[in-house]
Amino acid sequence: MNDPVINIIEKYNKDYTRLMDILIDVQDEAGCVNEDAVHKIADAIGISVVDVEQTLSFYHFFSSEPRGKYTVYLNNSAVAIMMGRDMIAGAFEQEAGCSFNSVTGDGLIGLFDTACIGMNDQEPAAIINNEIFPRLTTKKVRQIVKGMREGRPVEELRGNDFGDGANSHELVRSLVRNNIKRKGPVLEDGYKVGSVIREHLTNMSPREVIKTIKKSNIRGRGGAGFPTGMKWDFCRRAEGDQKYIFCNADEGEPGTFKDRVILTEAPGLIIEGMVIAAYAVGASEGLLYVRHEYKYLVKYLNKVMDEMRAGNLLGKNIAGIDGFDFDVRIQLGAGAYVCGEESALIESAEGKRGEPRDRPPFPVQKGYLEKPTVVNNVETLCLAVKILKNGAAWFRDQGTEDSTGTKILSVSGDCREAGVYEVTWGFTVNDVLKTVDAEQVQAVQVGGPSGALIGPDEFDRVLCYSDLSTGGSIMIFDENRDLLKDVVLNFMEFFIEESCGSCSTCRILPVLMKQKMEKILEGHGTEQDIKDIKEWARPLEHSRCGLGHTAANPILTSIKNLRNLYERKVKKDVEFDTGFDLHKAIREGSDAVGRIPIAH
Amino acid sequence: MSKPILATASLAGCFGCHMSLLDIDERILELIELVDFNKSPINDIKKFTRPCDIGLIEGGCCNNDNVHVLKDFRKHCKILVSVGECAIMGGLPALRNGLPVSDCLEEAYLNGPSTKDENPEGIMPNDVELPILLDKVYPCHEVVKMDYYLPGCPPDAELLWGALTALIKGNELELPYEVIKYD
Ligand SMILES: Cc1cc2nc3c(=O)[nH]c(=O)nc-3n(C[C@H](O)[C@H](O)[C@H](O)COP(=O)(O)O)c2cc1C
Ligand code: SF4
Ligand code: SF4
Repeated sequence: MNDPVINIIEKYNKDYTRLMDILIDVQDEAGCVNEDAVHKIADAIGISVVDVEQTLSFYHFFSSEPRGKYTVYLNNSAVAIMMGRDMIAGAFEQEAGCSFNSVTGDGLIGLFDTACIGMNDQEPAAIINNEIFPRLTTKKVRQIVKGMREGRPVEELRGNDFGDGANSHELVRSLVRNNIKRKGPVLEDGYKVGSVIREHLTNMSPREVIKTIKKSNIRGRGGAGFPTGMKWDFCRRAEGDQKYIFCNADEGEPGTFKDRVILTEAPGLIIEGMVIAAYAVGASEGLLYVRHEYKYLVKYLNKVMDEMRAGNLLGKNIAGIDGFDFDVRIQLGAGAYVCGEESALIESAEGKRGEPRDRPPFPVQKGYLEKPTVVNNVETLCLAVKILKNGAAWFRDQGTEDSTGTKILSVSGDCREAGVYEVTWGFTVNDVLKTVDAEQVQAVQVGGPSGALIGPDEFDRVLCYSDLSTGGSIMIFDENRDLLKDVVLNFMEFFIEESCGSCSTCRILPVLMKQKMEKILEGHGTEQDIKDIKEWARPLEHSRCGLGHTAANPILTSIKNLRNLYERKVKKDVEFDTGFDLHKAIREGSDAVGRIPIAH
Repeated sequence: MSKPILATASLAGCFGCHMSLLDIDERILELIELVDFNKSPINDIKKFTRPCDIGLIEGGCCNNDNVHVLKDFRKHCKILVSVGECAIMGGLPALRNGLPVSDCLEEAYLNGPSTKDENPEGIMPNDVELPILLDKVYPCHEVVKMDYYLPGCPPDAELLWGALTALIKGNELELPYEVIKYD
């Protein structure tokens, strides 16, 4: 049959757990997933229409309406705006003749905002039809839109000024640059993929692997910092005829982009880490969950895995280990920060909305398809390989007491040397600022919006799990930035946009806090408003997942660490100000009936 | 000692909250022993004639006149209480908050079943004497400071009575389950 939607559904064997893939392909093929396609999908895979619709409506990159032959997703996160995003947006709007979050009348061009796309070191950046357009200028925008009008393919609009390393590989061909500024065990040159599997794994029992990982004291690099050896051990002990290894490459925390660089330069190492984890826990299937923003890397990643299959590093009896079968497939996301949360990631991989699950049971007990599942960050898995190679002691000797080993930082914002730095834990914020050549720094956001905003008197604080814990995102703001408006408010909007909406706390409180914040910025704030914000943040602790737990952090940490910014804005002489503006409030009603807006 | 002075107003409400106040039945006689009424629809006093102790507000603000009255209450009353869902959250009238004002007016005066054929010239009420609709319905505390909130649609008569007598006598308010359960 020659119905493209049906073909796509059959490509995935009418499997409802592959709904994400089906929707991604239909969206790419048809520019949207319309009602007709929704019905076909529901019929073919045997689920209800609302089941299809609820997955469809959850993700940013899916739509039921056409989004244009050329769809521009322009990053609107804080650092993008600092680097001139608004000017680029203005140029797009002017050239295309439509405003953001709409499509031109002829259906040619759609302009849409999107959260951080993992290119903070080369902003302003956009994704157009799955191609990355970093370092945009207004001139480039004019050329791009002109090319769109001439109907040129997106590869032609992009040009051939490819980035370094694998970015210019024939299966990648992207303008993205790695900006690797300091190499360590993950990004070092000269490692031959598979040598740890061949030389070490073949001589070790699963228990020995776990013992070594435990001894290294490595903790997860995805942000939460759970001890990796313990996680693997739990999964190994869990009951289940089938176990899974998930690699979390969702990298949604604004300001982080190190996983993108690892996916580009050390994909084999990631897969090798998954193989090792699989051997340790007894898993036979793996899944690499890659955020949709990095779709441009997928062909290349698949090739790397093919090579590993050919080299007996994936597949049956890996490296000659009798009965050790393991293979990996890639699962693309579709634009949802919360899907980086491990249980939401699992839901998403099962084809559902990315709503975090209640825990317990934890994924190591009941994860993907209810089976024990290890979810690890990209960097964690890479480091596991090097731990087996160099020994637990080698790892433990680096870093600090509670934070062993190395960490890759993604540094962006106001500095001369934005990029990726592989450092040992114990680095201070001052060390970072010196290394990246940043001056007149007003504040630093450590760990992304869910982390902390700190001021100069705390720059001697240490990057480690017990002080400033971070998944690696470091954003620097110099003295010219309006922190509250351009940073804190932007981050609050991010959390509001990305909340999955399950918990009333996380759905409502950040909105109220943001309104308070706006009131303060408009000059109607009082001391009471600051107190209210702090008070209202408390119930967020009772949210289901980390997103809700940390959603107030931008406001709370800025109040705590940079309180003078607020003190300067709030009224000192009044106890109470609702901020109600009668003249603003009657404007619309006056216009509607043609009256002059005068009221007492 | 003179009695405390009570004032009440209905803004964008349905008068249901005032009805609930009347629901205290014969205790209304007790109430007038306890307080004197000033501006209120209950006695039809239109203007404040003196400072008051307690102001009860039903309904939120949907037009500039509501705002004017509410601010006037704030000026004259020591304690101001949001009574009922509409005053506290905007209530039923706030259902229009997601819509542009012009849509609401067009539905009411141009396209509604009762006006469609009756208003061929498409006249919108725009006399200067009429209040102007606000862009949305505001709960009272978004316009002025409110001191207390009595939930319910309408709040139970027992809740109103309990709250009033507690305020007047300075006692702690007792909130038995029955008066704040809504299903
Ligand atoms: C809202 C939210 C987003 C997250 N995003 C990511 C992510 O993009 N990548 C990641 O590795 N971990 C992310 N995590 C943490 C994961 O839940 C999980 O702890 C991690 O993947 C485990 O791997 P690790 O132990 O190797 O760090 C996120 C957590 C939350 C609450
Ligand atoms: S905390 Fe927020 S993101 Fe997490 S489950 Fe609850 S509503 Fe969803
Ligand atoms: S709260 Fe209920 S009873 Fe009171 S005014 Fe509003 S709708 Fe009427």
